[in-house]
Amino acid sequence: MKVKYFAWVRERVGKAEETIEPPATVRTVEELIAWLSGRSEAYAHAFEKPKVIRTAIDHAHVKADAVIAGAREIAFFPPMTGG
Amino acid sequence: MTSSVTSCPVAIRIQEDDFDIAREIAVVTHGRTDVGAVVSFSGICRADDDSSKIAALTLEHYPGMAEEEIKRHVDEAISRWPLNGVTVIHRVGRFMPGQNIVLVLTASQHRRAAFEAAEFLMDYLKTSAPFWKKEESATGTGWVEAQARDDESAARWTRS
Repeated sequence: MKVKYFAWVRERVGKAEETIEPPATVRTVEELIAWLSGRSEAYAHAFEKPKVIRTAIDHAHVKADAVIAGAREIAFFPPMTGG
Repeated sequence: MTSSVTSCPVAIRIQEDDFDIAREIAVVTHGRTDVGAVVSFSGICRADDDSSKIAALTLEHYPGMAEEEIKRHVDEAISRWPLNGVTVIHRVGRFMPGQNIVLVLTASQHRRAAFEAAEFLMDYLKTSAPFWKKEESATGTGWVEAQARDDESAARWTRS
């Protein structure tokens, strides 16, 4: 699946997007964040406060317990500050 | 559109270029006699935030999702108020104090619907449309933090 990062999440991870293949045991957004955090210090830094991170699956906001199966694009970003 | 008899043209644009409010109002009202009220809200980059002087503001967005999220809320506004025109323009890029950032324009037969729908759209733009602001000031750069008061403003439109 494709993963996108925005604003300071993008800066901390060090890339705007990538394609990942998490193991089948990673079923929810929460579990995906934990799995990503284990990849490197950069990811751990980006996701150090998982409750602050907002997630969208295929362009729709979802909660931490959302199931990621079937997702084409998952995006992680800080709370929005537009307008 | 469901049972509404008047049409409601919708324009949603995310762009780097500036907008002209008078021109956008003219586009919505041109050739129509059913528009009795137009409300326009424009958000402008300001210099002062607390004590630090802002030199510039950079707006980042999530292409695709930003348009879809705005569309979802425009559709909801149209279902809640008798609107006959909605325009939302959000700029992205780097802005100096005094420059336009966002325009929400709502047209209706009566002012109340236009006022309320414009407020509703702005509240949701701030809290759910994927845009992020980064400030530059004399002390450095930093991402703007979301405000709890914006969430409270958006929460008042929640229907039980």
